[in-house]
Amino acid sequence: MVWRILRRLLILVISTAAASFLTFWVLFDGCGPARTRLGIGATEDSVAQLCRELGLDRSMASQYLDWAGGILHGDFGVSYISGRALGPQILDQLSVTLWLVAGAMVVAVLLAVPWGLFSALFHRRIWGTLLSAGSQIGVAVPAFLAAILLVLLFSVHLGWLPPNGYQVPGADFGGFLSHMVLPWLALGIVQAAVLARYVRSAVLDESGQDYLRTARSKGLTRLDALVRHGLRNASIPVLTVIGVQLVTILVGAVVVEYVFAIPGIGAGLADAAKRQDLLNVQGIVVVLVVIALVVSFLVDLAYTLIDPRMRTTADGGRA
Amino acid sequence: MFRTPSLRRAGLVTAALALLLTACSAGSTAEPSGTQPSATQPSATQPTGTQGSAAPTTAPADPSETDPASPSSTPAPASDAALAVGFVLAPESLDFTQVDGAAIPQALLVNVYEGLVKVDDNGTIVPALAKSWTVSPDRKTYTFQLQEGVRFSNGDPFTAEDAVFSINRVKTDWKISVKAKMDIVAKAVAVSDTELTVTLKRPSNNWLYDMTSRVGAMFSTDGVADLADKPIGTGPYVFVSYTPGDRMVLERNDGYWGTPPAVKTVTLRYFKDPNAMNNALLTGDIQVISSVQTPESISQFSDTSRFQVIDGTSTGEVLLTLNNGSGATADLKVRQAISYALDRKAILDIAWSGYGTLIGSHEAPTDPWFTDLSGAYPFDPEKAKELLKEAGKENLTLRLTLPPVPYATAAAPLIISQLADVGITVKDTAVTFDTWIQQVLINADYDMTIINHVEPRDLATLWGDPTYYTRYDNPEVQRLLVAGDEGTPEQQVTDYRKVVQILSDDAASVWLWSFPNLVVAAADVRGLAQNAVSESFDLTTLSVG
Repeated sequence: MVWRILRRLLILVISTAAASFLTFWVLFDGCGPARTRLGIGATEDSVAQLCRELGLDRSMASQYLDWAGGILHGDFGVSYISGRALGPQILDQLSVTLWLVAGAMVVAVLLAVPWGLFSALFHRRIWGTLLSAGSQIGVAVPAFLAAILLVLLFSVHLGWLPPNGYQVPGADFGGFLSHMVLPWLALGIVQAAVLARYVRSAVLDESGQDYLRTARSKGLTRLDALVRHGLRNASIPVLTVIGVQLVTILVGAVVVEYVFAIPGIGAGLADAAKRQDLLNVQGIVVVLVVIALVVSFLVDLAYTLIDPRMRTTADGGRA
Repeated sequence: MFRTPSLRRAGLVTAALALLLTACSAGSTAEPSGTQPSATQPSATQPTGTQGSAAPTTAPADPSETDPASPSSTPAPASDAALAVGFVLAPESLDFTQVDGAAIPQALLVNVYEGLVKVDDNGTIVPALAKSWTVSPDRKTYTFQLQEGVRFSNGDPFTAEDAVFSINRVKTDWKISVKAKMDIVAKAVAVSDTELTVTLKRPSNNWLYDMTSRVGAMFSTDGVADLADKPIGTGPYVFVSYTPGDRMVLERNDGYWGTPPAVKTVTLRYFKDPNAMNNALLTGDIQVISSVQTPESISQFSDTSRFQVIDGTSTGEVLLTLNNGSGATADLKVRQAISYALDRKAILDIAWSGYGTLIGSHEAPTDPWFTDLSGAYPFDPEKAKELLKEAGKENLTLRLTLPPVPYATAAAPLIISQLADVGITVKDTAVTFDTWIQQVLINADYDMTIINHVEPRDLATLWGDPTYYTRYDNPEVQRLLVAGDEGTPEQQVTDYRKVVQILSDDAASVWLWSFPNLVVAAADVRGLAQNAVSESFDLTTLSVG
């Protein structure tokens, strides 16, 4: 267990450093931010002067190390473009995206588990085939198309829900919910379709096992047998996929935030990259990488909770 | 330097991120969901010139004759109403003294910050924080009488000292390139709390007009410590909050010295996706679309019981800019041939659904020297072929460099086919905005390009400076532009009329159309400006019901 955590931490440090250095290198543009700030008509002299004032004329390595040093102390720096502190801004955007991702994941799981379960149970009948085909279509629909269709139906035609925008949950929880339902569905349905296929195949795998036959011979129905005995085993591969999907959703949130005008971290990243706001991009990259690693760490932890066998092997036979 | 296109970088970063993110997660095989729509570009770019001088106005010599600052119609009473207005470009910062960008003054000028003067709907200079002003006989010294009882939103009184501070601060502390507009000021003196004199190095009508733009904004001596987070002005609205890229909230300034605005709370909402903005208006989430980006979608708002469409004029001119300095387009006959070859009415109908006004020279319909020259080069392909033959350029190939703006993309195909009809082969290249700036605006390495010049009164910027990307070098035009700036306002109108006529005779460019001020709003919103004449979107005259 300790070794696992240490290894995870090592991966965390190395990949964060690699990701941040890579983005720094790709985006690094010397006096670029100074020119952006001054406008198109700026003279070379004024650009050079502001460049010096901002410290952008230093070598890339020294700027990178400065920034990395700040991050280690929890200081995200001040944007070259907006002149505002980046830490609080990224935190705000992150909280918005976390609400979005969490809600979408709940939608995905709530839909996918019964969806996959029933298409597995009835896999030889027409219902199972239809459910399975439905998930195939869901996999093929990109989140942004789902978003546009949902907005057209539920907002523009039916007028039930607002088409876009964001409300802080603390201020107006009802408003928050009504604004989030469509983004949650847009992100969640597509993920549910993917997830349902994994649930289906996991359940099918388990239904062939001896222990399930035994359970059924005790007089349990197929559904009962599955829910009581099969679900725990089937959930291990499904959990892996959920972990991967959380990260995918985080990346996919950029598109959904665009369509729904949600001020999350994906929209923030796109804006910052467009403006060549180096420090802002850097800050977001680090935050995203850390989240991805934390998620995969939590998924690992969850395995060991679900499957007692993992505990012994994970500890290198120290049990 | 603008070496690498920023959108490509954004793509690289996203790809790198996606790779890393998936690589870190437990044994991933998942692909990123969905495709990423490309970021929207501003439809209206603001290529501010190196010279930075805009053309002057015909402000009446005796300003006491001008109307008061408030609009001519009786203002609506102050109410608790709230209003949400949709915009496309979000402010990069809140501090327009340090960061360039059209979205910052669009939101804050006139609404939160006020200047000594401002422009009314017709483009005329009218009083704001200055009640009145006089100009000395040598036209170099302006004496302003300031409004009394004005306070900043931090409680400080506004006096002539603050005006002197604000004017000097442009020269000492501002960073953005348009600060050069204040270089002409020799000194500013506070004679008393309410009297200010400003002495210029040489006479200039343009300077007073520039004072209506962001460089003329008045700041409090104690209120400039944190402009990036806390704008402090004297305007009818006070700044409440800004969520970057999402929304800005303004609230009525209860201590405002003038007529208070009717609407209590205004939310400026920013949409990256124009369709999302349309949907928000359709469902009543916002009440106004400040500038329609997709004119073909206007039919969605044809129900006049619910919506109103305002189709006015703006200060933008969409140019098919021709390189006057090098290549085949340096030849007058070739430029005239191109002008005759294009059916601009058809281009406007296709590219911008017919919204906009045909113009024939570099002028906005609200400019005092506006003369309708749109008939100077009627659509005449035969004449175009003849001119090309005379010039000995019958098999001509020209480059067309297109920035990523919707009107350029929409207009290009028809322009290319109409030029092909008279024997000109066009090689078009779509470039990113950074590349466009480097290649066209800075290096002038182009034959033709399409761009909307939005800055008000930018005649001198484009055509008075031979180093600007138009590479137009006409000593007579340069002389008239300077003489007009230094003479009386009447002199300026006469001189500038001559300039726009010469530009048309020289076929210095093809003026495709004057960009419309296209606003859609809920039917019950009142007080929207017909024309967009300044850097600001004036929220102060709006009311509901």
